[in-house]
Amino acid sequence: MSILVFMEQRGGEWNRLSWETLAAAQQFGRELNLPVSAAVLGDGIGALAGELASRNLERVWAVEHELLKDYTPDGYSRVAQQLVVRTSARLAVFPHSYQVRDFLPKLATVMERVAVSDVVGHRVDQGALVLVRQLFQGKMNADIRFAGEPPWFASIQAGAYRADAVEAGSAPVEIFAPQLSALDIRTRPLELFREAQRAVDLSAAETIVSVGRGIKEADNLPIVRELAEALGAELAASRPICDAGWLPMERQVGSSGQTVAPKMYVAVGISGAIQHLVGMKGSKTIVAINKDPEAPIFEVADYGIVGDLFQVVPALVEEIKKARG
Amino acid sequence: MKIVVSIKQVPARDSLLRAGPSGNWIQDADLTWEINEPDAYALEEGLQLKEKHGGEVVVLCAGPARAAQTIREALAKGADRAIHIELEETATLDPLATARLMAKALEPERPDLVLTGLQSDDLGYGQTGVILAELMSLPHATIIMEVEKQDGTIRVKRELENGWFQHIEMPLPALLTIQSGIKKLRYATLMGIKKAKTKELRRVPAADLRVPASRSIEIERLYIPERTKHTQLFDGSPREAAARLVEKLKFEARVL
Repeated sequence: MSILVFMEQRGGEWNRLSWETLAAAQQFGRELNLPVSAAVLGDGIGALAGELASRNLERVWAVEHELLKDYTPDGYSRVAQQLVVRTSARLAVFPHSYQVRDFLPKLATVMERVAVSDVVGHRVDQGALVLVRQLFQGKMNADIRFAGEPPWFASIQAGAYRADAVEAGSAPVEIFAPQLSALDIRTRPLELFREAQRAVDLSAAETIVSVGRGIKEADNLPIVRELAEALGAELAASRPICDAGWLPMERQVGSSGQTVAPKMYVAVGISGAIQHLVGMKGSKTIVAINKDPEAPIFEVADYGIVGDLFQVVPALVEEIKKARG
Repeated sequence: MKIVVSIKQVPARDSLLRAGPSGNWIQDADLTWEINEPDAYALEEGLQLKEKHGGEVVVLCAGPARAAQTIREALAKGADRAIHIELEETATLDPLATARLMAKALEPERPDLVLTGLQSDDLGYGQTGVILAELMSLPHATIIMEVEKQDGTIRVKRELENGWFQHIEMPLPALLTIQSGIKKLRYATLMGIKKAKTKELRRVPAADLRVPASRSIEIERLYIPERTKHTQLFDGSPREAAARLVEKLKFEARVL
């Protein structure tokens, strides 16, 4: 009866979110008084398991199989299930990565459970774990409890827990040999690839003006371009703007685009869905202009104007020009 | 190719949301509703695949009576027929309960391909598609950018983190969750809206599906998130607000 963390690796490299997830699990463990173990799945993951052995864990599970070399939802969910059963895990915790989004719901369904995906916080209430996640694109938070018997499943959102809070210690490594056959795997993953090299390195920009859905149409973009010019800033955008082709993909900030931390980030007409916030919330000064006073962007903003961007932005351009003489 | 597209009706994007009297759901009486945006892209992908390879697009939607409006809109865009799993007005199901209803309703259909959006804009669990695949014993892939049909198989382009992609091949039948923004969405034509009125819309009361009620997670409380940062808001006319913001940026944040 313990907490089991599934650490994610690809080609021998950790997904950084795994460490934030481990930190979260250790915190759950302390508060619930439960031991924490960690597992790593793959082919030839001895060195990674060794690295985990220097953390404060009850046990490290090295789950080795040649069919785990490349990720497949069939292979990973089948093996994860065997390990959850083998360890009688009470709570299995995963990083909320694209890979986990692909197989965790399948794993939970096989075990007739629902995972609490995308967790951003927690509390312990009379010995029971209450998880916090966002609903309605970040406009609402929900406290969620597990209603049935364990095992329970949860995935942790990026940026919710600090990777540097992982406790050091020492743990024995145990090898787990799963039952897996090539016949179990129905999908065939091919090589990973990247598209055209990024021409714009937003992460180097000192000031970024970023535009979202609020701009309404491509023809309105000159309004924010002027603001970017007045500030000497790079122009960036949230996902819908790049999806629509109004700005190139390379200017997208967020979990599927670039992560930035400039001195000043001006978010214009961006509501602030979590996928966008994780890409920019490390910015030193955040300014938000949005017509919705409850837009989640105001939760991370230092300064904000609630209003119509089509009136506010031109006024702001003029004031900036005045201030800069 | 028979394609099922699973869609959801959600509150319109700029809705002002409040917690309802129960404390664990929103006050949803006065809201306007629309198709979950990621599902609109799944529908578009389904319609384009049908236009290319022939076959049929069947829309599947679980929701209360009001969801019929969103279903009609999908029919007007070109779906051939629809199945509406009718839920009680106040039902809030977890994704496993919803997917169980869908799997049961789809039993007689035997689709070649099931498409849905990668997540909903309301609950946002991002799980219903994958759960449905498991319940229907279908192989699946999520966050798909491109779908290419081959002989008895499909080859898809899946989005990974940090600008990486991967091609994946799988046999049909299969289930895919579609990334938003991959194609330009079509509008319904007047002709389409007219035709939609005569298309088959089969209503299936959820109770008739005899799916065991289950609940493995529970929303205890819904609330507007507390601000973690103290945000200085400037009001007044746009000019006054802009002037005060610039002053702060210059003398307090020192970023101008």
